[in-house]
Amino acid sequence: MDKLKSPRTGGLLILMAIIAVLPAFLDNAFQVEIAILIFFNAIVCIGLNLLIGYAGQISLGHGAFVGLGAYGSAILTAHQGWDPLLSMVAAATFTGVLCFVIARPILKLKGHYLAMATLGMGIIISIVINTEDQLTGGPDGMYVDGLSFMTSQIHWYWLIGAVLVFSVWASLNLIHSPIGRALRAVHGSEVAAEVVGVDTTQYKVLIFVVSGVFASVVGSLGVYYSNFVTPDIAGFFHSIELVVMVVFGGMASTFGAVVGAAILTILPQVLTFLHDFEHLVFGLILMLTMIFLPKGLVPTLADLFKKGDKS
Amino acid sequence: MSLLKVDNLSIVFGGVKAIDDLSFTIEPGKIHSIIGPNGAGKTTLFNLITGVYTPTTGTVLYENEGVTGFKSYELAARGMSRTFQNLQIFFNMTAIENVMVGAHLHLNRGFFASFFGLPTIKEGDRHCRETCLELLDFVGLRHYADTDTDSMPYGALKRLEIARALASKPKILLLDEPAAGLNPAESREIDEVIKKVAERGITVVLVEHDMKMVMEISDHILVLDYGRKLTEGTAQEVRNNPDVIAAYLGG
Repeated sequence: MDKLKSPRTGGLLILMAIIAVLPAFLDNAFQVEIAILIFFNAIVCIGLNLLIGYAGQISLGHGAFVGLGAYGSAILTAHQGWDPLLSMVAAATFTGVLCFVIARPILKLKGHYLAMATLGMGIIISIVINTEDQLTGGPDGMYVDGLSFMTSQIHWYWLIGAVLVFSVWASLNLIHSPIGRALRAVHGSEVAAEVVGVDTTQYKVLIFVVSGVFASVVGSLGVYYSNFVTPDIAGFFHSIELVVMVVFGGMASTFGAVVGAAILTILPQVLTFLHDFEHLVFGLILMLTMIFLPKGLVPTLADLFKKGDKS
Repeated sequence: MSLLKVDNLSIVFGGVKAIDDLSFTIEPGKIHSIIGPNGAGKTTLFNLITGVYTPTTGTVLYENEGVTGFKSYELAARGMSRTFQNLQIFFNMTAIENVMVGAHLHLNRGFFASFFGLPTIKEGDRHCRETCLELLDFVGLRHYADTDTDSMPYGALKRLEIARALASKPKILLLDEPAAGLNPAESREIDEVIKKVAERGITVVLVEHDMKMVMEISDHILVLDYGRKLTEGTAQEVRNNPDVIAAYLGG
């Protein structure tokens, strides 16, 4: 019984329950589409949160890794005729190796410098995708066949929902392990972590690779779902959007990443009635959140509940 | 056999020789103190020994192995740990989690085992929590176990750093001003903890300004001034050395 009450197991069960009953409340294909989009964003944010929230390393280039996954899969399937699953694994491996190679020099930097380096890396990848038009179709994007066995949209809902639950579960496992503590120690004090035996560079590289692979897998799944990909996916604005979701939902909170992704995916849809003022209101909501909930939505609410328990 | 041997160690920071051709040895199983006026190079020396800085010239031998230029985590794996003059607490974690990071080297750190939450990881963590609770008990902080470190008092955090260092099961523990900023009562508590650590057979190297404490608990004292060795010996010998008196009082 105690296990059910722990935020870890309890949160996971609540998430599964929401995913299970949600389709009953979705009236049309558009709403299902938004739900799937939320799942996609949430999975990237879970990986990104391991890097930003737990290990304390910023990345302003994660859209590029989603793009690598998407284009890697698209190119291998459409041009080379590879099996989609195999293409996805190949794209994820490529992204992982790329992350590994660039992580060491990049993660030596701190703060603004790290932000600039990841930003630059993202822009380079985005430019390559835009200009290699024989391979990628350039700014027009490219078309890919979907998965033959996924015949309806609701199949996708269940598949990506399951991947999301798995990601949350794995992320929680990782955090509640010696590796997770080492990551948080890197955030807390690198020098103190080193003198008790934590190879901080190794852990920063590890989590950079893990978060890159999360992003790549989402990119691959996304391209099979929508059958189409454009370079926007690897662009600067997508990267920023992902970081904002993590920060808004709450740093160092896996469920925060999911909630942040959900709210910031839905919000622009809800605000469309404001037409020209949409972005203004969107920005205002973000600013107010950062001023009044600096720790992010979920951790702030969790603190409130904790205080409520004590009194 | 000496545990730690420092030979002709120097480090230059933009023309300033913070440590200047320093040689000394540390024997196992004693309390050693390093004292000296402000700016004598005590903390710099700690940073050189523990791999935070790389020396300009000179060598450090640990258990007869040349470890000059080794990284801190490599030294930790060989049984060397330390605390810091300016607190280096993981403020994003609870007290017990801080100590459990200290046990990092003695836990299963396999990525896939952690990712899939295998029972060995959970079992290891449960056992680790028990031993770390004992360590918190050892430094008198058991009641703080699940407290967030950002709401703990300064004196408790000083002792938490010692517990965290002990969790790495060191053979040699370097304490950088463990009593700095503490009131006399807290200072005495630290005193007791250090003695108990030495009784466990851990070699303690202490940098401290509290002379009463240093004279009382040290088996051996090394005096630094301007990065050089002024003298070394027992508390009695050091206390009566005219150079030491001159360095501290001016003259």
